[in-house]
Amino acid sequence: MSATPILEVRGVKKHYAARAGMFGEKTSVKAVDGVSFSVMPQESFAVVGESGCGKTTLGKLVLALEKPTEGRVLFEGHDVAKMSRAELKAMRARMQVIFQDPYSSLNPRMTVERIITEPWDIHGLHKDPAERSRRLHKLLDDCGIAKSFLDRHPHEFSGGQRQRVGIARALALEPRLIVADEPVSALDVSIQAQVLNLLKDLQKERNLAYLFISHDFSVVRHLCTRIAVMYLGRVVEAADSETLFNDPQHPYTEALLSAVPVPDPSIEKRRKRILLTGDVPSPLKPPSGCRFHPRCRYVVDACRTQDPALAEARAGHLAACAVLPFKDKRSDAALVAV
Amino acid sequence: MEPVLSVRGLRTHFVTRERTVKAVDGISYDLFPGKTMAIVGESGSGKSVHALSILGLLPMPPAKIVAGEILFQGRDLLKMTPAQMREVRGNRVAMIFQEPMTSLNPVLRVGEQIAEAVVLHQKKTQAEAWAKAVDLLKKVGIPHPEQRVNDYPHQFSGGMRQRAMIAIALSCEPDVLIADEPTTALDVTIQAQILELMKDLQREYKTAIILITHNIGVVAEMADDVVVMYAGRPVEQAPVGELFKNPKHPYTKGLLASVPSIYERKERLEAIAGQPPDLGAGDLVGCPFVARCSCAMDRCKTEDPPQFHLEGGRMSNCWKSEEDGGRRTHRFKSAEEAAA
Repeated sequence: MSATPILEVRGVKKHYAARAGMFGEKTSVKAVDGVSFSVMPQESFAVVGESGCGKTTLGKLVLALEKPTEGRVLFEGHDVAKMSRAELKAMRARMQVIFQDPYSSLNPRMTVERIITEPWDIHGLHKDPAERSRRLHKLLDDCGIAKSFLDRHPHEFSGGQRQRVGIARALALEPRLIVADEPVSALDVSIQAQVLNLLKDLQKERNLAYLFISHDFSVVRHLCTRIAVMYLGRVVEAADSETLFNDPQHPYTEALLSAVPVPDPSIEKRRKRILLTGDVPSPLKPPSGCRFHPRCRYVVDACRTQDPALAEARAGHLAACAVLPFKDKRSDAALVAV
Repeated sequence: MEPVLSVRGLRTHFVTRERTVKAVDGISYDLFPGKTMAIVGESGSGKSVHALSILGLLPMPPAKIVAGEILFQGRDLLKMTPAQMREVRGNRVAMIFQEPMTSLNPVLRVGEQIAEAVVLHQKKTQAEAWAKAVDLLKKVGIPHPEQRVNDYPHQFSGGMRQRAMIAIALSCEPDVLIADEPTTALDVTIQAQILELMKDLQREYKTAIILITHNIGVVAEMADDVVVMYAGRPVEQAPVGELFKNPKHPYTKGLLASVPSIYERKERLEAIAGQPPDLGAGDLVGCPFVARCSCAMDRCKTEDPPQFHLEGGRMSNCWKSEEDGGRRTHRFKSAEEAAA
């Protein structure tokens, strides 16, 4: 792995203007509120969180579909928000996207061939018919799409097949980074496994980097090597995948992992579940201090006023919590009883 | 113990001029008080249509229940008059749906929607029913129920709406609760809360639950027994522990192997190649799973496997199960099938 990241997100914020109630005060929704991370070439990096945590907005910022309120997104060292139209177009050949919903992200009037080859027309590539046909068939092979599909339309296919077409389209320009926003959550499990295996194989064959946006820890564990967990617009924990699963250092991650049902009744019977109380607070009015404190089982007085920064809790393991990472080192008296 | 609900050879088809879709084609099981029966399958396997058939909620036509019995405490729901059915539905057999956003009425207060069932089925006055609504909201864990009972559904979060749905379903202390993907639209931390609530209430009221889901993890957590469905048919039935430890049907094996788990990182998931058959494209010949099955035999292509009984109260619809000593059975045949 080379030392320069393919994607760097530095202190990015995205605030949307809003009003508290119909005639209420002007305020803002802090959808993304100071997020930093970097993705190395050929790495699969996951951003995980529940609905409303800002993960999809983050994806849009990376893709330059939204401009950040603050902070910078650097793709191969260049700020995507400062690119000219021509630069953006060139950048988009190297950074592609796979969407969640294979039903709405393919143009229903186009044939599969047109969908997959349109990026080449837009970028003026592979005009020679023989070359084009060779590349097209290689893509079909790699993505497991039958040749008979080429002159058919998206509505004739199932979700899994459509998602394969979406993947082939994303790969047509041979990008270096693929942003995948919940690419398998609309699929049935047996089909989901096919698509996950495909994404894994393609990454190996084509040396791709993935920014994988998901709510599903099981899927992420299977595919990704590093993970950032988001809560209310912030990254609360980031570590390599095995470390995060085995030794979470933020109470939210800990609860989230314990909430995921495991497909094994013998484990389910033994497991202790940490139940979070209440719902995620509104991003219009995030709680004071640590944003997770109203739902946290380790909360101490300081959490209500002091907002913990993302800091190294263990070597290479970042967490934004002032209590849990130090739990072993402190006396239990310092912790409020659960 | 007597089963509270017995489904016998239920077949629900959708009949239009162009074609017949056999959405549910022969499902049978017994549901016991206080137990949870999970019906597992992927989209189009017929699990929701089966549930709607039980409550008589399908539009007929095009839906048509062509065979089977649904015995609730010994009485066949399919033979009831609409008035008799209304006595049962929402009262003795209640249902919660996947989408808490769309299954509540947006123009009625949450309290009115809970009280409605209480007034209708329990012959209570409005005031009594309203007090009961407050109690129920408290029971399902809504904070400040005295105030929230006046809220409209849009003022509730997704998790709270599902709690309100559960409050409505439990308002008459039903014998059977049908939960159709009750947590699919919810985040995992909220899902954990709702599943815990369902378990608590089940312990308290001895409610029997039919849990319809595609989530194998939820099955492992909640179910006592499982029916696995594929292309409208049950392919395997077993107690939950046995099913996961030792799946018999190739589809169940494939399904369990294809699920990623947070407990282990697999190098590759074992996907099932291909996709389910199109039920609208004419009658299936042979086993519905044959095209995707890794151990298909010649026989599977032409003969639909019947249900074989295996040890430990298990059932599998696979010709391999005959080799494993499975016995063909009439236990689950409906009266008309047994006569024929």
